Amino acid sequence: MKVIKIDKKDWAGGLDKASSGYRFFGPVEDKECHNFKELDKGELPDFNFSNTRLSAKSVVFPQTEAMFEYSLDENEADHHLMKECRKNDAPRAVLGIRPCDASAFLLVKRNFDNPEYRDPWWVKAYESTTFAGLACNNPCASCFCTSAGCGPFDEKGLDVLLVDAGDHFLAKVVTEKGRKMLAAAGWNAETDADIEALKKDAESKISSFVPTDKLKDKTTMELYNAAFWEEAAFACLNCGTCTYSCPTCWCFDIQDESKGKSGIRMRNWDSCMYPLFTLHGSGHNPRGTKIHRVRQRFMHKLKYYVDKYGDGIQCVGCGRCIRLCPVNIDIRKICEKMNSYEPKAGDCNR
Amino acid sequence: MSNYTDKIREISERLLKEGRVDMVIGFKQGTMPMMNEPCFVKKPEDVSKLVWDSHCGINLANYLTDRKEKIGVIAKGCDSRNIVTHIIENKIKREQLVIIGVPCKGMIDRRKIASMSDAEILSVAEQNGKVIVKTKDAEKRYERTDLLQKNCALCVHRNPVIYDELAADLVEEQKNVDRYADIREIEAMPPDEKWHLFDDLFSACIRCYACRNACPLCYCPTCFVDESRPQWVGKSTDPIDTKTFHFLRAYHCAGRCTDCGACERACPVGINMRLLTRKLEKDCFESFGWEAGLSLDQRPPLDVYKTNDPEDFIK
Ligand code: SF4
Ligand code: SF4
Ligand code: SF4
Repeated sequence: MKVIKIDKKDWAGGLDKASSGYRFFGPVEDKECHNFKELDKGELPDFNFSNTRLSAKSVVFPQTEAMFEYSLDENEADHHLMKECRKNDAPRAVLGIRPCDASAFLLVKRNFDNPEYRDPWWVKAYESTTFAGLACNNPCASCFCTSAGCGPFDEKGLDVLLVDAGDHFLAKVVTEKGRKMLAAAGWNAETDADIEALKKDAESKISSFVPTDKLKDKTTMELYNAAFWEEAAFACLNCGTCTYSCPTCWCFDIQDESKGKSGIRMRNWDSCMYPLFTLHGSGHNPRGTKIHRVRQRFMHKLKYYVDKYGDGIQCVGCGRCIRLCPVNIDIRKICEKMNSYEPKAGDCNR
Repeated sequence: MSNYTDKIREISERLLKEGRVDMVIGFKQGTMPMMNEPCFVKKPEDVSKLVWDSHCGINLANYLTDRKEKIGVIAKGCDSRNIVTHIIENKIKREQLVIIGVPCKGMIDRRKIASMSDAEILSVAEQNGKVIVKTKDAEKRYERTDLLQKNCALCVHRNPVIYDELAADLVEEQKNVDRYADIREIEAMPPDEKWHLFDDLFSACIRCYACRNACPLCYCPTCFVDESRPQWVGKSTDPIDTKTFHFLRAYHCAGRCTDCGACERACPVGINMRLLTRKLEKDCFESFGWEAGLSLDQRPPLDVYKTNDPEDFIK
């Protein structure tokens, strides 16, 4: 595939040129961290970051998203009708998304876009987005992407892979969408520069590895009943930090809110850590205690998902949950425990 | 700090062996720099898991709520004050506890250390009052006293107020600390500036509730923000709902908060919600001469009725 050289002095000009055809999103530093936001006209993404504090999932799947609206005001033409909210589906491009966050969209896609169910809002937002990723030349010590089917130069979720090479970017064209965005910016200097060496170098810097090979052969109920969950869950606060910061967590909750004569039906991110998660109308919750909730999070990512889709774990190894958990619950350690679990006499299996 | 660890292990082993407790709640070595994980130990042979250093900022009183066992709990000054509050509020019984007091020299501010360097922090160690911070290409040394968590720099109760065992000699308390300089500044602001300050303060909040859940005071079976029948507070990222959560939570902590700093430490986006709880702490101190969790014999000012209460606020 083609590699285009983009001189950094042509970066701002190219983005400006392309901005008539794209809404740009990129990492911006605010307070103590970088996060993705829609860039104002002329605003440049700030690439001086290792990874954003929160993942880029909100670009396609916002924490709060209005789906329907209504009005009870009889003076209005459409009163008493639930109407779909109008959305801005104009083409967008996410600049500087890390390969892990981009490949997370492919995992999440299984939930929102599959033969039985297509989520209209997620699908529209996803399809209108071009992912121009930024390779990680210096992965963090807590990233374990290469153990999670991803990598610092992984291209699978991307349309363009940008590699920072000092005074220029090397842009590897991955898809037709990516080619179009580069063309719109007027970047067309093809080069035979090789990014393989940089890729090898970055991969060799990954220092964190997690074994996942035995997960699929474990018996679900044995893992479910394993004795280690009590200890693993003890410190957990049941906050939403891990699930909200995770690029692959997709659960949401639907809420109605009204004010005066109008109202909306929206969806908000949900978290398996929260007391309302899976709470039944009867008041019963099959995941009613801390141990249930913690086990749900890890079993979903590392066992149910593995079994259901046969394509690895529901995690891309970005390491956010490890870095942000206030009590240092570390998915790498839990994964190791699950992967190496052998039921012992005394565990309450079956 | 290694002598603290040794002593904690020694006491814990003895308590477990003698059958005086069913479990000891403490910290085990974390997997990330400046992080330890709260844990329990049930067997004497496992006490080597327990560690103590300057990264034990999570408040362990939070792990006692409604437990039925006999528990040995490691408690620095602030934890001990929250344990007192827990006992007063019937969340645990004094007889269930063997409190292993840790005279505290303050916890290290992990955010401050992270913010001082562009490079990833690989390790943080301590030697003779110096903190040694390693990144990939550099090793820097700092005075420990310059790196304390904000609440620890202001702390005037470093020694546990209640304990059965001690992991070290009592430490000297900090004197002449001006706890509320920043709060006075906010009090003096005109309303629109205050408004702006609070808008900005909570603008990055993602409603993850780590602050609430790290707090030993927040033990309600159903928090008002989780109440759904009927629903009291909206669940979206609407800034009004977010601020409603923060202001109400702060008021629920009035006269109970010990400024242990667990909330701010837990926040994934670095919000200083302690500005709210400390304002209420200041008000309680000024109106009632009250500091939370110092004694088992006195109930917090907001849950008692006294005929001689000062009522200066009613004009
Ligand atoms: S694992 Fe950590 S981040 Fe996740 S809910 Fe528990 S305490 Fe919060
Ligand atoms: S589970 Fe943790 S490491 Fe894996 S993708 Fe989610 S936040 Fe990243
Ligand atoms: S921990 Fe921080 S982000 Fe989470 S709810 Fe509290 S203030 Fe908001």
